[in-house]
Amino acid sequence: MGELKLMKGNEALAEAAIRAGVDGYFGYPITPQSEVIEYLMAEKPYERTGMVVLQAESEVASINMLYGGGGTGKKVMTSSSSPGISLMQEGLSYLAGAEIPCVVANVVRGGPGLGDIQPAQSDYFQSVKGGGHGDYRLIVLAPASVQEMSDFVPLAFDLAFKYRTPALIISDGLIGQMMEKVELFDQIPRLTDEEVIKRHPWATNGKPVGGERRILTSLDLDPHRLESHNWHLQAKYKTIEENEVRFEMLHCEDAEYVIVAYGSSARIAQKSIQLAREKGIKVGLLRPITLWPFPKKPIDELTKSGIKGFLSVEMSAGQMIEDVKLVVEGRTKVEHFGRYGGVIHSPEQVLEALEQKIIGG
Amino acid sequence: MTEEIIIAGFGGQGVLSMGKILAYSGIMQDQEVSWLPSYGPEMRGGTANVTVIVSDERISSPTLTAFDTAIILNQQSMDKFEHSVKPGGVLLYDPNGIIHHPKRKDITIYEVKAAKLAAEMGNTKIFNMVVLGAYMKIKPIVKLENVIKGLKKSLPERYHKLIPLNEDAITMGMNNVTKI
Repeated sequence: MGELKLMKGNEALAEAAIRAGVDGYFGYPITPQSEVIEYLMAEKPYERTGMVVLQAESEVASINMLYGGGGTGKKVMTSSSSPGISLMQEGLSYLAGAEIPCVVANVVRGGPGLGDIQPAQSDYFQSVKGGGHGDYRLIVLAPASVQEMSDFVPLAFDLAFKYRTPALIISDGLIGQMMEKVELFDQIPRLTDEEVIKRHPWATNGKPVGGERRILTSLDLDPHRLESHNWHLQAKYKTIEENEVRFEMLHCEDAEYVIVAYGSSARIAQKSIQLAREKGIKVGLLRPITLWPFPKKPIDELTKSGIKGFLSVEMSAGQMIEDVKLVVEGRTKVEHFGRYGGVIHSPEQVLEALEQKIIGG
Repeated sequence: MTEEIIIAGFGGQGVLSMGKILAYSGIMQDQEVSWLPSYGPEMRGGTANVTVIVSDERISSPTLTAFDTAIILNQQSMDKFEHSVKPGGVLLYDPNGIIHHPKRKDITIYEVKAAKLAAEMGNTKIFNMVVLGAYMKIKPIVKLENVIKGLKKSLPERYHKLIPLNEDAITMGMNNVTKI
């Protein structure tokens, strides 16, 4: 068993970055995720593993540092909260276009605009439907516990490098600020320069003798070549959709109704389900772990099995519900419930919405 | 066993650290724990509160509206959380600074004069540990030895010399809690 600690979600993410063998973290502080860079600065990972931690002059600078560092095949990472992640969208589009692996963490707060510093889940569209310009996708992982804030860092890097694409970890102020028991994984050694060169033949870490120049760019002024590049990207995204869907199902075996919720809403919904079952209402939980690729198949199967209704619970005005509806295609009832702007719904409010909108509606 | 607790008072009273020590003690005895603070603008010089859950099972919602126990350390928190205690639950408070005392009949109310006791012990900083002791007497969900283990794990080495003082404060709280 690994080392057990009581940690905030943000601290667990930071410690996991060191242990995952990350080469560089480039960030800019913003509530509610400032503990990530605070922890990294205090921990001095350069002395532990040689990892570089740098406070950039802005979020725009940090994401472009990821482009540079990631382009050399190094493991690079940044984190921020909603307004800062908006500033990074241009860079994310370039990273996706140039197929540079990296990991970005968003500890979401209430919006739009500068919003507030309380938890929200209103960056779903931004995360899974693009955010930046062009036809691209990010692999999006949604932790629902401090343990997953730790575990998803090495997972995100594995996926990012496997598919040469940026991966996003999306949590919120609740998961970031709360403390839970976390079992830390053992240190994964950083790769040596020789290992990086050997493992990533695409990386721009020096032209090999007799080899070809390596160029990482998202610019191609020949439309036919750019279309081919897009076909290649789309084929890659299809492979990811086929192989990397992750989700969790709880109490769905005998369920008549299903709540679809991710991250902190999934935690809150578990309490609602407990309260519902005490009243004899058979309700289950489908928790998407990857928001993209979205778990379409289990929702389709639940619909086919005769579920009487889905309630999409999210701390937003209703974003993920669109993806649930795209799968259900009108075959059964789909409704949304959620508080937003930084207000967290209570387990009782979720149960009430289920009773009014799905069961009674 | 699942115990859902809210601890609420002024910023600076040690509300958050008391919750943290409780959560660490839970880990020391192989339980699941969660600790969720209020981190908004209100904690910058005003009321502070923390929800702590200690359980034998996987914890569902870390945010709650009804609690098994409310530990209340100022009037604002009394106004806000007296009605959040589940029927049959426990309310523990320090009467220091409380004008409107709790009135509910469907819960068990305890008081501990922690501010006064800590001052008599010559160190007002151990106030929160006196309160923790009172709570541990009412609900012995965490063992004293595990609290000490938790303190050792969460405090930097240079503060370990203060652990005996904290232990005395806990004992003081245990011996001076009264049912209303």
